[in-house]
Amino acid sequence: MLKIKDLHAGIEGKEILKGINLNINAGEVHAIMGPNGSGKSTLSKVIAGHPQYEVTGGSIEYEVNFKKLNLLGMEPDLRAREGVFLAFQYPVEIPGVSSSVFLRAAFNAICRHQGAEEMDPIDFDKYLREKMKLLEMDENFIDRPVNVDFSGGEKKRNEIVQMAVLNPRLAVLDETDSGLDIDSMKIVAEGVNKLRRKDNAVLLITHYQRLLQFIQPDFVHILYDGKIVKSEGKELALEVESRGYDWLIK
Amino acid sequence: MSDVIKQKENEYRYGFHTDISEDKPPKGLNEDTIRLISAKKKEPEWMLEWRLKAFRHWLQMQEPSWPNFEYGPIDYQDIYYYAAPKQKNESPASLSEVDEELVKTFDRLGIPLSEQKRLTGVAVDAVFDSISVGTTHQGELAKLGIIFCSMSEAVIHHPDLVKKYLGSVVPYTDNFYASLNSAVFSDGSFCYIPQGVRCPLELSTYFRINSENTGQFERTLIIAEDNSYVSYLEGCTAPIRDTNQLHAAVVELVALDNAEIKYSTVQNWYSGDKEGRGGIYNFVTKRGKCKGANSKISWTQVEAGSAITWKYPSVILQGDNSIGKFYSVALTNNHMIADTGTKMVHIGKNTKSTIVSKGISSDFAHNSYRGLVKIMPTADGARNFSQCDSMLVGNNCSANTFPYIEVENNTAVVEHEASTSKINAEQMFYLRSRGLDLEESISLIINGFCKDVFKELPLEFSVEAVKLLEMKLEGSIG
Repeated sequence: MLKIKDLHAGIEGKEILKGINLNINAGEVHAIMGPNGSGKSTLSKVIAGHPQYEVTGGSIEYEVNFKKLNLLGMEPDLRAREGVFLAFQYPVEIPGVSSSVFLRAAFNAICRHQGAEEMDPIDFDKYLREKMKLLEMDENFIDRPVNVDFSGGEKKRNEIVQMAVLNPRLAVLDETDSGLDIDSMKIVAEGVNKLRRKDNAVLLITHYQRLLQFIQPDFVHILYDGKIVKSEGKELALEVESRGYDWLIK
Repeated sequence: MSDVIKQKENEYRYGFHTDISEDKPPKGLNEDTIRLISAKKKEPEWMLEWRLKAFRHWLQMQEPSWPNFEYGPIDYQDIYYYAAPKQKNESPASLSEVDEELVKTFDRLGIPLSEQKRLTGVAVDAVFDSISVGTTHQGELAKLGIIFCSMSEAVIHHPDLVKKYLGSVVPYTDNFYASLNSAVFSDGSFCYIPQGVRCPLELSTYFRINSENTGQFERTLIIAEDNSYVSYLEGCTAPIRDTNQLHAAVVELVALDNAEIKYSTVQNWYSGDKEGRGGIYNFVTKRGKCKGANSKISWTQVEAGSAITWKYPSVILQGDNSIGKFYSVALTNNHMIADTGTKMVHIGKNTKSTIVSKGISSDFAHNSYRGLVKIMPTADGARNFSQCDSMLVGNNCSANTFPYIEVENNTAVVEHEASTSKINAEQMFYLRSRGLDLEESISLIINGFCKDVFKELPLEFSVEAVKLLEMKLEGSIG
């Protein structure tokens, strides 16, 4: 589904990713771990198409619905409409715009692109409430401006509500676990697990292995200084937890 | 048409010029100019006298120097004070007799005047340079006793009302531009809503500046008698020109006992090019008087055009329990300047005012909110709430808030909130990463920011307003 080849990227002239190679197949969950500053968030933003990051080399091939797409040549909104989703580490506030208005606009933009029928406000309201229940979000969030006056945990949970609504094929979760207490983390993990299917994939970016107790990854990759230095099964996460990163980066 | 003009017209689709022969007396301002304007309009003697008094007063006045922006000197002798399109039929008895070229112009502006294509639910007075070319739905309104006509007609046909109210809210001595307007005002609209009548149509005036080097000095007067209601809309556009043009209007509103006037403006005068050449100087005095008890006046404005906008639609809250409201969105881009806000003067008991101001500034523009809340000693229990928010797009623009609060009654409650935010790359990326394209994302952010103001506009207007702001901002965010 996703083939990243020798990806180099940076910001303001500083190279951060120094040759990333990564293959993700449909149905898989991959976790990327690494110390602060290793390039984890940069990778997630480059996949989603953040305009401030400059790609200086390599390629990302994204295969969806029997189409092979050159992801790097696409605008961020087009990537989203082709099924790429990024759960933000720091979700952004949109004052005056309610979640229901925002998400219906996004949902219908994706429907339009994929040739599906758009949803009217009444049906969408019902659909959105179902997804909110899945993440145990209070229903009054539906009319509140997006992320404004949300607690840190609520913002993170709201990201997963959005993921549930937009139903992506490739979801990148950028440190969704940071700032969550253990109960919220369980709710978020359960939500993500319920959304797992054979035809979609998840890339979890995390600093700790805590989240990986609840969402079992198929592969764990260690990112250090802009490169993946080790890839193994889920047991690698536990090893990192007990031994730290130092032994991997000598 | 040159490619440059074509390019500019893509950015400002109202920037075309109508080629029509005009009756345009020479430039310059003196008593003869005023006599000439008055004669052209076949005005009675008292009107001329009033104009001349205003002019003599104006000669003693100085141009105000207190705003925090500068503009090139205005040579008042280098302006045409009257320009009227020459029509085959000089005073068309009905709209079907209006010159075709003019009808076409208003069609192109989206203001159809012909019987078949008229906007439903809206009566329009169409003003072209110095004259009103026609007013729709007059017959229907007259059945209810509502008078809706051009100011020139009102002076002739309803002199008692005009004499009683003209200058009663904005006296001819009020300020430099109001005095100038009182001397040379050309056309505008006159609305009179009789006692107990709820006006079933939106009344509106569309102002079009067409003629070059001509000042437009419109004058509008709206009177709502006891227990009446009216909603009035105003729209304005002008052709693209490299020189600045002066627009100095005066609008007066009078609301008597239990009456309500809603006044909405979408101002889209030509704002100059990317380098700041040309555009309209929009120096306007708008004021309403809540004269009666329990009366209500609300100003809603979307200011998206003009090189410089300098205006403070105000409410004098004279009647007990009267209510004044001001909702404003001012958008400035390129080198535009806006210094706008309101004055709420509380005189009556338990008077209330609400101010919601949203300023959006991008490129090299300056956007200031300036507002006065004044509570007089008589205004027991007066209340005011003000909210002034600014949004900056990019790093070269600026926003200022100048709230003036004068409270002379200790039972009053005055609240002021202000904020400044930035539309930033992160917000745009967040929305786009959810599948919304550039335009949809800007539209959502602007809609959210201006929501409290847009919801005060009549529906069709609010849709237009959103589109207008999006169009203006598209080039600035990305």
